[in-house]
Amino acid sequence: MNGGKKFNTANLVLVFSILVLVVVVAVPVILIFITAFFENGKFNLAGVMKILSDPDTYQALLNSVIIASGVTLVSTVIGTFFAWLIARTDLPFKKVMKALFLVPFMLPSFIGALAWKVLLSSRAGYINKLLMAVFGFQKAPIDIMSLGGIIAIESMYLFPFVFLQVAGALERMDPTLEESARISGAGLGTITRKITLPLVMPSILSGALLVALYSLSHFGVPSILGTEKGIYNIPTKIYERIYASGGSFGAIRVGTILSMILVIAAALILKLQDVLLKKGQYQIIAGKSMRPVVLKLRGLKIPLLIVSIVYIAITVVLPTVTIFMVGGLKTYGLPFALTNMTWDNYLKIFQWRMTKDAIWNSLYLSLGAAFVTMLAGTMISYVIVKMKVKGKFLLQFLGVLPFSLPGTVIALGVILTWSGRFGINLYNTPWIIFVAYIARYMAFSIKSNSASLSQVSDSLEEASRACGATHWQSLKNIVLPLIKPGMISAFFLIFLPALRELTTSVLLYGPTTRTIGVAIYALNEDGETVRAAALASVALLIIFMGEAIIRKFLAQLDKPRAKVEE
Amino acid sequence: MTQLKLMDVTKRFGDVIAVNRLNLDVEKGECFSFLGPSGCGKTTTLRMIAGFEDLDEGELSVDGKVFSSSYKRYYLPPEHRDFGMVFQAFAVWPHLTVRDNVAFPLQIRKRPKQEIAERVKMALQSTGLTHREESYPGKLSGGEQQRIALARAIAINPKVMLLDEPLSNLDAKLREEMRFEIKDLQKKFDFTIIYVTHDQAEAMALSDRMLVMDRGVVQQVGKPLDVYNKPANKFIFSFIGLSNFIPVALSGGKARIEGVADVVCGAAPMDIGSKALMACRPSDIDFIGAGEGDMAEAGAASMGARVARRTYLGDIIDYKIVAGNSEIRVQKPRHAKGPAEGEPCRIRINRILWYPAE
Repeated sequence: MNGGKKFNTANLVLVFSILVLVVVVAVPVILIFITAFFENGKFNLAGVMKILSDPDTYQALLNSVIIASGVTLVSTVIGTFFAWLIARTDLPFKKVMKALFLVPFMLPSFIGALAWKVLLSSRAGYINKLLMAVFGFQKAPIDIMSLGGIIAIESMYLFPFVFLQVAGALERMDPTLEESARISGAGLGTITRKITLPLVMPSILSGALLVALYSLSHFGVPSILGTEKGIYNIPTKIYERIYASGGSFGAIRVGTILSMILVIAAALILKLQDVLLKKGQYQIIAGKSMRPVVLKLRGLKIPLLIVSIVYIAITVVLPTVTIFMVGGLKTYGLPFALTNMTWDNYLKIFQWRMTKDAIWNSLYLSLGAAFVTMLAGTMISYVIVKMKVKGKFLLQFLGVLPFSLPGTVIALGVILTWSGRFGINLYNTPWIIFVAYIARYMAFSIKSNSASLSQVSDSLEEASRACGATHWQSLKNIVLPLIKPGMISAFFLIFLPALRELTTSVLLYGPTTRTIGVAIYALNEDGETVRAAALASVALLIIFMGEAIIRKFLAQLDKPRAKVEE
Repeated sequence: MTQLKLMDVTKRFGDVIAVNRLNLDVEKGECFSFLGPSGCGKTTTLRMIAGFEDLDEGELSVDGKVFSSSYKRYYLPPEHRDFGMVFQAFAVWPHLTVRDNVAFPLQIRKRPKQEIAERVKMALQSTGLTHREESYPGKLSGGEQQRIALARAIAINPKVMLLDEPLSNLDAKLREEMRFEIKDLQKKFDFTIIYVTHDQAEAMALSDRMLVMDRGVVQQVGKPLDVYNKPANKFIFSFIGLSNFIPVALSGGKARIEGVADVVCGAAPMDIGSKALMACRPSDIDFIGAGEGDMAEAGAASMGARVARRTYLGDIIDYKIVAGNSEIRVQKPRHAKGPAEGEPCRIRINRILWYPAE
């Protein structure tokens, strides 16, 4: 009888897990497909082709491809170079430099884009004005609001994907693979070309594909730097169509068709990455930890250190400082002098209705979504990793599916699902954003939780059962405490990106449900650059504080664990 | 003829002296092992020979030619030393086929195609890999991967072969097989071997001579059997083979175990103080009849004891016996007669080495 009861509980958990994923993930995706390919209940491929060949949408497609190619190329070169510099040379202050190269991950790219618009727009960019004054140019020398500008700024914020992958591979690589080439008579140049580069090539390519995936469906930078000049990529075009038509079904249909392109491209990219990683997954991890071969930079040491510092100063410090300074200006366009600055702007952020609401909305939406998604992800991961039940492959598929879905696509799916079609209308309420965040970040939660669950050996739970604990007691006393760090890191993996989310929220917000990202975006659209910058400054402060707390928290959690492993 | 010469070689990592004033001559054609616990400096020494680490002090020369020297401020990089080397983790390149792995050192040296083909063939034949030529290493077993590493190292016909714990990633049976294969390759290609290991059985089986190191300092250099039979100090005695250390009190050449009134040895050395350690191998102890055992016999001792535990280890029986406050380990062949667990007994220690007590 006991066995039967357990079986039922297991099935209940399985059914509930599938239900969550079907409602949150599967239904929206299916509705997008149906809306894209069916018109009035009939399969209509001609309609799809007609929209794709429309010059307006075709141009957006083309721009997406151009931007993604450019960003991928630039990010890969920069990321690989700095990764090599950190992992394979005697560059000073490596640890600090490595941490600094990852800071762009923390900065929301649309805030960065806003800063660069302030600095380098052709009309009023501060740097442009400076250059014109100093060199006597007639016209602004740099126009950041162009395809090239979009590529440059996006690369600044996406290159860490390549950097992380390649630096990780280089650091983990067994140094004797290179030493054996040296003792075979090869010099450093030959080793780099024939041994090191081929061995880390899978990591370089997989980082590059990740950049391509993000860039193709990136909304923030093109929306700030492109829209004003009529440069659209797919996500900004979808937004423009829906926004211009006031959310008409026709515009949403165009959106779903363009979304299909994004989904198919993402699926292809992820498939390619999978193939690459499987094919190239060499066993290059060291058996014995040893110092890797480090190239002595000698005379180039200081110049390369300066190059790295300047790079970080330009990509991280300059935009951040710009945002804080512009946020304090009495009127936009004034020179940066103390007499033109006021603290009032920042204080008003907390008084003014729109910005106050935005901060509050973002906080509770991201905290709530992070909490719910963490719990649901833990449950689903438990079914996937630990339970021997049929049908869990479905969970696995649905769980990681949102990872390949761009934010724009998720927003469209959520609109289609929760606008009354199934009797529930969440449109214009905060709940629609809440549901969208859960869908968007479920994959993060499942990934993080699965990783920590698969490290908890089955025998630990079995030992607890053998000691007389019930299934539930074993879960509560053994499994949960062991996976707590994974759960907490899942929480933050969701909370922080959700806090500054723009792509999804911008399609879902209503008059009273703006989030921080949406509010900054709207203020910028309305030409309220100073207010946008002031709100962005507050957002940056919240993000920095959040990151600092997490780091401290996770470091503390890791400590007792490290002891057990030793 | 001396092939490899190390003079006062010293290496520091920060404040730690990894290798302290090491002096060594290795003869041509010798198989020479560095033996010691992990962190003793043996791998660091090998890496200095290979050229992966520069030396802080001293000089290293091969065939009379200086390779590294702190006096002459000279350092020849590893790629110009023409050594063969095999690493613990195999270090075969996963993106190259077996053949390309082995051909690599020859291609680097820009040998003619014909010669490369012949040498690769020869190296693969000698290591039994001919049928694996086109495979990628990832598809092969650990043993086969280590053979690729060996084939790659012998491809250039090196005069000196450096082996850094090459067998420790293999299972026990394969490890024994490979020992003989390495010896066979040495006979065939006539190179000098420098072999680093922490496994004393491996060092004993392979080496013509060996060097035992501890904490960066050479403890003893000699033929395996000499090191085993005449360990220079307590560290070596306990590191090589099983050992008993029995604390005794000495007076007038007579030794007594703590807690036993009888004299156990009447011919103890007079010059190591009043407390000492009586060291012996478990296999050098016999069970004897009551009243047997001559106290005056030099280098021997006998005493009454009790069997605390008796364990069958397959070929041998392992006894833990207690004499006074000391526990002594005895090992006898499985067919030899011995006392049962819990019984009193009398033992004679046949070969004793004396060390001062700590």
